[in-house]
Amino acid sequence: MTENIVTIRSLSKIYQQGEINVTALNNISVDIRSGEFLTLMGPSGSGKSTLLHIIAGVDRPTSGECRVQGIDVARLNESQLADWRNQNVGFVFQTFNLIPVLTAYENVELPLLLTRLSRKQRRHQVNTALDLVGLGDRTHHLPRQLSGGQEQRVAIARALVTSPSLVVADEPTGNLDSHSAQEVLGILQTLSKTAGKTVIMVTHDPKAAAFGSRSIHLEKGELTN
Amino acid sequence: MALPLNYNLRNVLVRWRSTLFTILGIALVVAVYAVMQAMAVGLAKSSQNTGDPRNMMVVRKGSTAESSSQVLREQVKLINYLPQIARDEKGRPLISPDVIVLFSLPRRDGSGEANVLVRGISPLGLALRPQVKLVAGRWFTPGKREVVVTQRMSSRFANFEIGGRFRGSGKELTVVGIMDGGNTAFDSEVWMDADEARSIFEREHYSSVLLRVTDEAAGKELAKHIETDKRLPLQALPETDYYSAQTKAAAPIRFLGNFLATAMSIGAIFAAMNTMYATVGARTREIGTLRVLGFRRRAVLASFLLEGALLSMLGGLLGCLLSVVFVVVLHNHSFGTLNFQTWGETVFQFQITPVLLLKALGFSLAVGVLGSLLPSLRASRLPVIAALKSV
Repeated sequence: MTENIVTIRSLSKIYQQGEINVTALNNISVDIRSGEFLTLMGPSGSGKSTLLHIIAGVDRPTSGECRVQGIDVARLNESQLADWRNQNVGFVFQTFNLIPVLTAYENVELPLLLTRLSRKQRRHQVNTALDLVGLGDRTHHLPRQLSGGQEQRVAIARALVTSPSLVVADEPTGNLDSHSAQEVLGILQTLSKTAGKTVIMVTHDPKAAAFGSRSIHLEKGELTN
Repeated sequence: MALPLNYNLRNVLVRWRSTLFTILGIALVVAVYAVMQAMAVGLAKSSQNTGDPRNMMVVRKGSTAESSSQVLREQVKLINYLPQIARDEKGRPLISPDVIVLFSLPRRDGSGEANVLVRGISPLGLALRPQVKLVAGRWFTPGKREVVVTQRMSSRFANFEIGGRFRGSGKELTVVGIMDGGNTAFDSEVWMDADEARSIFEREHYSSVLLRVTDEAAGKELAKHIETDKRLPLQALPETDYYSAQTKAAAPIRFLGNFLATAMSIGAIFAAMNTMYATVGARTREIGTLRVLGFRRRAVLASFLLEGALLSMLGGLLGCLLSVVFVVVLHNHSFGTLNFQTWGETVFQFQITPVLLLKALGFSLAVGVLGSLLPSLRASRLPVIAALKSV
């Protein structure tokens, strides 16, 4: 039996919007096993992105506990959290979020600049990551010289380059045509199946969710299945 | 670990329009600062260059300038016999009692009149000031109403050419020679015979006495002797010290330069701030992404500060270049300003020094860092989630 990489217990998140409290997550408990490709589904405003952000150490819960590899992420301070994200989590965004002035290579190299790797080691890892997403020949292109699908693949290479155990993706195919979407989903699926990465993907597209190994649904901040 | 430098460099270049205007604004401020300082340095330098370390200047006790000093003829006689004074090959003591007269003369360009400092020097006065060289014509003849003007003055005042005649205090004087003051305060003077000057301008006394001492120790001894001799209400000080004290002429320019630069730099700081706020606004999502990737707040802060500094340093470099071009173009021009020590017009050249350029660059750096401080702090404090959601 595989161990749990993420353990969530009684997690709640309440936003304050003016004088109104908005409950984004209400008393959620869930376990995510190492190596699975989990999809988080639900309508807009159901809290799926919030849950993803808390797991990834970008947001903090109002109450409850979220342990990733045994670490209560919410207890880390800002700097520790930044370091933790760099070492443990790879991010893929809906809007790719590449740095426009940096080349594909430089974008992928960014997270490695925070490590102690030598330039040569960095080059090796960046090239490996770019090869993995099939963009070994586009290293010196700027984001604007790439198609949307290619940009997202660069973003996946950037998420993988530090070899994180957890890859989180927030609507990664939301801005892509169906062909590019298939490619991106295929890569994420391969990561989980052959590289043993845990992939957590937020989507509201059932076709995209079909690539995952398990799906959980959220509605109004609560799990429905 | 910091963000790579070329990240900032390329961002600066990508927004080249706003970058260009900010750079031009800062360049202008830096150029004004550098040129004003170059003016002050030029003025100060003309005083600092003056003076021979072997010479002593004797003025009335308490006088800070020759023009407000008086040395009586009897006092000159007493000084003449002091043993510390060096002698020339003919055995004459190397001493020159000078008389200073100021009068107002018309400028060559017809823009009104300005005070000219006329120095009457004694026969050995030339030997005491070897840095002053005759470049055309001849030296004045003692006992005649003849003057020698400097090259720099000749371009600024009417009739200051060989054979030119002008009236000072009602007396007609003839220019017989042109001299070069060697970038010293003497560049702002007109020279003639001291006794002739005393007679035609009806001065009973001399203004100062310049003399050469045998060595430094003799100079100190002489100063001490004059200090203690009751018959001599005078003071002797090294000629170099006297002229360094005259660099005060540059103080108002320096003040004006600093004042202008301060006022303009406040404007430049706001311009830089505006640019950097716009930059942070346009890159909000990028900042959120960097933070998610693991860059800490202080890395973001440092990166934006660096970008502001980079922007202003480009402006600073351009400003330095502008000021150098300005000074080079005006190299052969002499400028004049009223010297508040002598009340005569002082001519000078703009002087750009490496130290001055470094100061100007430091100044532009300060503008950049101050201007980008608040925008950078804002960038580093953006909440990650909100930053990611920004369009």
